[in-house]
Amino acid sequence: MVISHALGARIKRREDPRLITGRAIYVDDLNFAGMVHVAIVRSPHAHATIRSIDTTAARRAPGVVAVWTGEDVKARCGPLPVGPRIKEMKAPKRFPLVIDGVVRHVGDPVAAVVATTMDAARDASDLVEVDYEPLPSVQDPEAALEPGAPILHQDLGTNVCFRMTYGGGNVEEAFAGADVVVKTRIVQQRLIPAAMETRGVVAQYKGGELTVWTSTQIPHVVKTTLAETVRLPEHEIHVIAPEVGGGFGSKLDVYGEEGLVAALALALGRPVKWIESRRENFIATIHGRGQIDYVELAAHHDGTVAGLRVRAIADLGAYSQLLTPGVPTNTGLMCCGCYRIPNAHAEVIGVFTNRTPTDAYRGAGRPEATFLIERAMDLLAAELKMDPVEVRRKNFIPPAAFPYKTPTGAVYDSGNYERALDKALERADYRALRDEQAKLRKQGRYLGIGIATYVEITGLGAVAGLSGGNWESATVRVEPTGKVTVLTGTSPHGQGEETTFAQIVSDRLGVPVEDVVVLHGDTRAVPHGVGTFGSRTTPVGGSAVYVAAEKVKDKAVQIAAHLLEAAPADISTDGARFTVRGSPERSVEFKDVARMAYKAYKLPAGMEPGLDVTHFFVPKERVFPFGTHLCVVEVDPDTGEVTFRRYIAVDDCGNILNPLLVAGQIHGGIVQGLAQAIYEGVTYDDEGQLLTGTFAEYVVPQATDVPAFELDHTVTPSPHNPLGAKGVGEAGTIGATPAVVNAILDALAPFGVKDLQMPITPRRVWEALEGNSASR
Amino acid sequence: MGHRISVTINGTVHEAEVESRLLLVHFLREVLGLTGTHIGCDTTNCGACTVLLQGRAVKSCTVLAVQADGREVMTVEGLARNGQLHPVQEGFFEKHGLQCGFCTPGMMMSAYALLQQNPNPSEGEIRWGISGNLCRCTGYVNIVEAVKYAAEKMRATPAAAELERS
Ligand code: FES
Ligand code: FES
Repeated sequence: MVISHALGARIKRREDPRLITGRAIYVDDLNFAGMVHVAIVRSPHAHATIRSIDTTAARRAPGVVAVWTGEDVKARCGPLPVGPRIKEMKAPKRFPLVIDGVVRHVGDPVAAVVATTMDAARDASDLVEVDYEPLPSVQDPEAALEPGAPILHQDLGTNVCFRMTYGGGNVEEAFAGADVVVKTRIVQQRLIPAAMETRGVVAQYKGGELTVWTSTQIPHVVKTTLAETVRLPEHEIHVIAPEVGGGFGSKLDVYGEEGLVAALALALGRPVKWIESRRENFIATIHGRGQIDYVELAAHHDGTVAGLRVRAIADLGAYSQLLTPGVPTNTGLMCCGCYRIPNAHAEVIGVFTNRTPTDAYRGAGRPEATFLIERAMDLLAAELKMDPVEVRRKNFIPPAAFPYKTPTGAVYDSGNYERALDKALERADYRALRDEQAKLRKQGRYLGIGIATYVEITGLGAVAGLSGGNWESATVRVEPTGKVTVLTGTSPHGQGEETTFAQIVSDRLGVPVEDVVVLHGDTRAVPHGVGTFGSRTTPVGGSAVYVAAEKVKDKAVQIAAHLLEAAPADISTDGARFTVRGSPERSVEFKDVARMAYKAYKLPAGMEPGLDVTHFFVPKERVFPFGTHLCVVEVDPDTGEVTFRRYIAVDDCGNILNPLLVAGQIHGGIVQGLAQAIYEGVTYDDEGQLLTGTFAEYVVPQATDVPAFELDHTVTPSPHNPLGAKGVGEAGTIGATPAVVNAILDALAPFGVKDLQMPITPRRVWEALEGNSASR
Repeated sequence: MGHRISVTINGTVHEAEVESRLLLVHFLREVLGLTGTHIGCDTTNCGACTVLLQGRAVKSCTVLAVQADGREVMTVEGLARNGQLHPVQEGFFEKHGLQCGFCTPGMMMSAYALLQQNPNPSEGEIRWGISGNLCRCTGYVNIVEAVKYAAEKMRATPAAAELERS
C-alpha cells in the first residue's frame, strides 16, 4: 500500500552506495598517527580468585607501551552501568577490568596490554602471568538456586539477582476448575548474537575532548555513562557510532572495553584502538536467551483456556549488563500471547551463573514468551485432539476488545489476529496441506505443519538503565538552499532509516527524497537521543521526525503566507512551491521560503529566524505488532533431517513505510529465529568452558541452510503514533522459532514425540525416534 | 624478516616490504588502506574477507601477503569502473541485498567469482556459490535475488560486464 508519493513506496536505500563500494568506515577502518593497540588478557576459568598477576615480561616485550590490571582501573575508572533498576534487584558492580580479584566467567577481563601494533599487543598479552586459584563454579541456573551452590558475588550473599511476578485473576481456581492441564518445561538455549562485525573501540583525547568511536547501537547512552566511568565531564566526551556492522542487541550495551579504551586514551595521550576478535566476541559480548520455563496451561474441553502458570528462570550469566534483567521480565509481561487468558501468573527469577552475561538479543524476552505460549497451545490442541488452528481461534483476543489489557499488565494497542491467521492459512491452502500430510504418513513420510500466532511489544526504552524515558529526538533542518538535514537520536546499523526517515520528511514537506540527508550516531552532531533497539526506531524515532517535519512545514507556510500577503490557511503546497489558493500566480518557491527564513528581514512579527525544529517524541503507549507464521517441513525419520517445504509469514507491523526494507527485516529475523530452532545453541562443559567457541562449532546458517520465504501482511495501524507504525525488526525472529519447532513436532506426532530440545538437530530427532521406535 | 613483494591490486601494481606472517587481508587493509575488505572471524568461516586472487575467490585472512607476490588481486574497490557500478553491485542495491553491509564486500566478490564461472546459475547454485560467506542480517533471500539480477544483466551486456576489465 502506498501511503503517499514517498511513504509506503519501494525506495532503494540511500546508505547502499557507500556500502557496496567499500567506502563505508567501520571502527576497524580508523587509523590515526601514533595509534596504539590493545589486547585483553581474559580469564580461562569460569570462577577463580586471582592470586597474583605478573606483568614484568609483558612490559618488556617489544612495542609494549602499557600494561594495565585491575589496580590501574581501580585508580582511574568508575563503575559501568548495571541494568534497569528493577525492584529489589541485587546487581554487582562492574568495571572495565576485574578489580576485586575474582573472575566469574571464561572471558572475564583481567589485564590489558597496549602496544604499537596489534600483533605486538597480542604477542605480549601471552606473557602476562596470572596465577589463579580455581573456585567451584555453577553453570546451570537451577543449580545456582540450590542451597550450597557456589555464590558468584559474595557481597550479595545469593545468586538471585531479582524475582518479579506478573499476573492477575485467580489462577488456583482456574486450574482447579479446568478439564485439562498441559505442562511443559522449555529450555531456551543460549544464543550468540554474532553480528558480522565484532565490537571495536577507538578513543582519542585531543584538545580537551575525548572522542570515542564505538560499534554501538546507543552512542548517547555510552556518552552519558562514560562520564562516570572515565570521570570526565559529559560535555567533554564525544561519542561516534560510525558504520556499525550489525548489532541484534549485542551492541545495546555499555561494555567495559568502551571505558577501558577511553581511559587508556586519557592516560596515554595517544589514540588507542581495540578490536574484538571473533573468539573474544563469543565469550566477551553478551549472549542471548538462556531461560528455563515451566509452563502449565489449564483449559476446558472445548479448548477455551482458563489459566496459565509460568515460572521462568533466567540465566543472567556472571553480571548484570545494561539491560540484563529487562529481558526475562519481557517474558513475564508478554506470556499470554494473542489469547484472552483471564487468569495468569508468571514468576520470573534472574540468576547469576559462571557464564558470559546474557542481555538483549533480537526479540529480548518476547521470543521466549511467544515460544512458551505457542508450544503450550499446540500441546493443548494435541491433548484435546483439536486442530491447532481451532484452539488458537477459540482463544484469540477479538478485534473489538482493543485496547486490551492482559492480566500480566500489557496493554495491547490494536490487533486482528484472526485476519493474519486466515491470510496465512489461505496462502498455504491449509486444508490441502493437512490432506497431503495424512496421505504421506501412509507412505511413511512425515510432513509437519507448524503455526505460530504471535504478538510482541515494541517501542521499548522506558527503563532507568537507559535515558529514562521511552522517547526519541529528531531535528529537521531546512538549509537556506532548501535542502534538508535530518538528525536522529536513533542509531541505525543496517535497518535503513537513512532512507525511511528521508521518506517521512519527503512525505511531510514534499521535497524529493534525494534532497534529504539523515545523520545519526554522532553525539556532537545530533541532539541527545536514545538509540536503535527493540524495534523502536521507526515507531518512536520516525514519529519524532514526522512531528518535527510537521512543525517545519507549519512555519514554512506561515513565512510563505507572510511573503505572499495571504493568510496561512489559504496557502497550499506541493513541496516545491507555496501558492495562494485560487490565485496560482501568487506563489513562492520552497527554497525561497527557506532562504527568507534565514535572511530574516521579512518574517512575520515575533517569529524566530531559521527553519529548524527539534522535537522529542513521547509515544502515548507502546505498540504491539503481530502476525502468523506457518512452516511446513518434512522430517526424514531415518536420518532425523528436517527439510523445509514452505515458510509463510504474514506480519502486521501497522503502516508500512518502505516494503523493501520491511521484507528485509522479516527475512533476516526469520533466519535468526529458525536458526534457534534447528541450528544454533551455546554449549558449555561442566567447568564452564565454552564448547561452541567459533563459527565452526556454533552454526550460524549459511545460504544453503535456509529456504526462501513467502511474505504477506495485514495492516492494522497503531493509534499511538502519527505514522501508525509498529516496528518490524524482531517480528520475524519471534514468529519463526515456535513455527519451526511446532512443524517438526507435528511431523513427529505419530511417533509420540511431544518435546525436543532446541536446536533440534538431526541427531536429536533421530535419538528421539529411537526411543519411541515402538510406534513405527 | 622482510620480504619484498609486488602485487597487482585492482589493476595497480603495489610494492612493499612485508613480514612473513602478514596476512593478505592485513596487507590490503593496514598497508594499503583498502578497508573495503573486512575481517569477521579468526577461523576462516565467515567470508567477510573474500577477494579474488588470480580470478578465484579466496579468503584473504587465510592467504599470506607473500603468497600474492607477482599475482593479481581484485577487491571490492575494484568492482566499479569509472564511477559505473558493476552489475553485481547494482543487484545488491536494486534488490536490497544488504543491511549492515559488513558481509557485503566479501559476498559480492564471491558472487562475482560465481558468475565468472557460471553465468546463469540456478537458485541452488547461487546459494551454494555464496555458502562460504555468512550474512547475519539479510536471511540471504535478497542476496540470491541480487545475484540473479546481476547474472541477467551480465548476460544481457557481456561485453560491458567483462571485456574491459581483463
Ligand atoms: S575473516 Fe572470516 S573468513 Fe576471513
Ligand atoms: S548485511 Fe549485515 S551481515 Fe550481511
